[in-house]
Amino acid sequence: MTRKTYFLNMGPAHPAMHGVVRLILELEGERIINTEVEIGYLHRAFEKHAETETWNNAIPYTDRLNYVSPLINNVGFCLAAEKIAGLTVPERGQYIRVIACEISRVADHLTCIGANAMELGAFTVFLYLMEARELLYRLIDDLCGARVTTDYARIGGVKADLPVGFAEKFRAIAPQIRKLVADSEALLTKNRIFLDRVEGVGVLSREDGLAYGITGPFLRSTGIPYDVRRAHPYLVYDRLDFEIPVGSRGDNLDRYLVRLAEIEQSLRLVEQCFKAMPEGPHSLAAWDMKDAFNFQDMGKNGNTALLPRCLANTCRTLAGAGRDKAPGLLVQDPALVMPPKEETYGSIEGLMNQFERVMWSWGARIPAGEAYHAVEGGNGELGFHIVSDGSDRAYRVRCRPPCLFIMAALPKLLKGSYVADVVATFGSVNMIAGELDR
Amino acid sequence: MISETRTVACAQALDTLSRLKAEGYNLLVDLTALDYSVYGKRPASMGWEQNFPSGAPAPRPERFELVYRLASLDPVTGLEAKPRVEVRVSCGEGSSLLSVMSLWPNADWLEREVWDMFGIKFADRPGIKRLLLYEEFVGHPLRKDYPVNKRQPLIGPKSGELAGSPSFNIARQEIPFE
Repeated sequence: MTRKTYFLNMGPAHPAMHGVVRLILELEGERIINTEVEIGYLHRAFEKHAETETWNNAIPYTDRLNYVSPLINNVGFCLAAEKIAGLTVPERGQYIRVIACEISRVADHLTCIGANAMELGAFTVFLYLMEARELLYRLIDDLCGARVTTDYARIGGVKADLPVGFAEKFRAIAPQIRKLVADSEALLTKNRIFLDRVEGVGVLSREDGLAYGITGPFLRSTGIPYDVRRAHPYLVYDRLDFEIPVGSRGDNLDRYLVRLAEIEQSLRLVEQCFKAMPEGPHSLAAWDMKDAFNFQDMGKNGNTALLPRCLANTCRTLAGAGRDKAPGLLVQDPALVMPPKEETYGSIEGLMNQFERVMWSWGARIPAGEAYHAVEGGNGELGFHIVSDGSDRAYRVRCRPPCLFIMAALPKLLKGSYVADVVATFGSVNMIAGELDR
Repeated sequence: MISETRTVACAQALDTLSRLKAEGYNLLVDLTALDYSVYGKRPASMGWEQNFPSGAPAPRPERFELVYRLASLDPVTGLEAKPRVEVRVSCGEGSSLLSVMSLWPNADWLEREVWDMFGIKFADRPGIKRLLLYEEFVGHPLRKDYPVNKRQPLIGPKSGELAGSPSFNIARQEIPFE
């Protein structure tokens, strides 16, 4: 008797596929023998586009990478650019960035668990978790004026300080989120129907996880506690207290449990940040910089005490003619930082500064160099490798998307399972097409 | 993030990488390519090179550089015992590179992406497929000589009219500021 196999297409537009991706399944009966994954349906040429735009104009494109946790992408891109330029953001700015990242991470995990549960039939859980996410989206809306297209981080800091009453709002919604998550957990974790679909399905071994370069909750579910925040601390993560939840079997259930535990850790991180956050500037202070003329006047008036602490903004009316006289400014370049919006709309100098930064060939220039910086994204290590040749735009931007590596391992995860398991396993991958296809 | 950089000639790339794998670099974090063909040669408008007293960055001898980013991850502690290694393989148009799929299976997709975006061939992968773009796509878009506004056969009008999106900064790139 010869065995017959046949092919089944799932996607690119399939109700159980988040985003556009095509799986070509080779089936024998209902068992999957082989899978081919076709990606690229949402390719928007992010990397090419980032090369053609000025440094600050490229930041909004990073929102569209992982559109479920856009704040983490903003921060990752800015950190890589700051690494080349040798900038360090003021402490308050670093805490604000951590708060933004962790709120985003919670939203990312809530979406993943909710969508996954819905596809497995638990529609109530989806509604509960979307309600929790909605609370966070309103908070993000308060923070940066948009729910998804956040564009919050800037090279040298963040767009604006936390809005008034932000911490109180967070403290008010945190118990609600915890309650909704606890309710969902009570509905799912011991639910026989849910467990039958996820337990022992889509198992990833430790060795395969490492061989495929998988990071994030997916790798942690196999028991390897690798977290960029712990292995390569950035911002202020080394001062904060958080645990790294790990699984043991590497199946869909473990991935669900790891994500659930990470929600709690992220909420704790935000609470710690509100307690530890110092007062002070949130961005590098472009508005502290005065024109050289002002210094002359200050000196003539005898006000010399403050001079060593001030940075001079050199005359740029002759297209940077004066700047070679002050090469020390190049690293801590004031022009890298956009002036705060209060200044832009509040004074004529602020408005002029804003124009100077956005005018063609007048804006931020990052010194020639290369840097790779990784942050812990919702799905794992999100890295940006940026090359600058010293002009006003990046020479090359490479984004290391965490879910590309998981998608590359998907055929291995699906092999030997049933067609119905595709939905459970693929849901736990948390594939974000914007990040996968860039 | 501490990282060492090692520059390797094209022919020794696979040897070096397999030695590193044997030394415990078990994670291929990333593989990408860089096109240095116009590095330090971009037209200077409004004299920006005056901002850099040391001059514009030096151009590279070969056109492309492949970057293999390796990490040695301890599965128990989840920390990296050794600093990361960035292996840079410089190669030109006709260099014959070998695939590292046998060392790290995720190199499969990453090499497909490098071929797709830069047109760098791997000698032992003759039938390599594009990863993100479709097979009918002409050219390799992340090469520096690929115009941003180019139209492709399956996308856009049949007349081949150029893309006019204001977001592409095409006017900025081509017309020097006077």
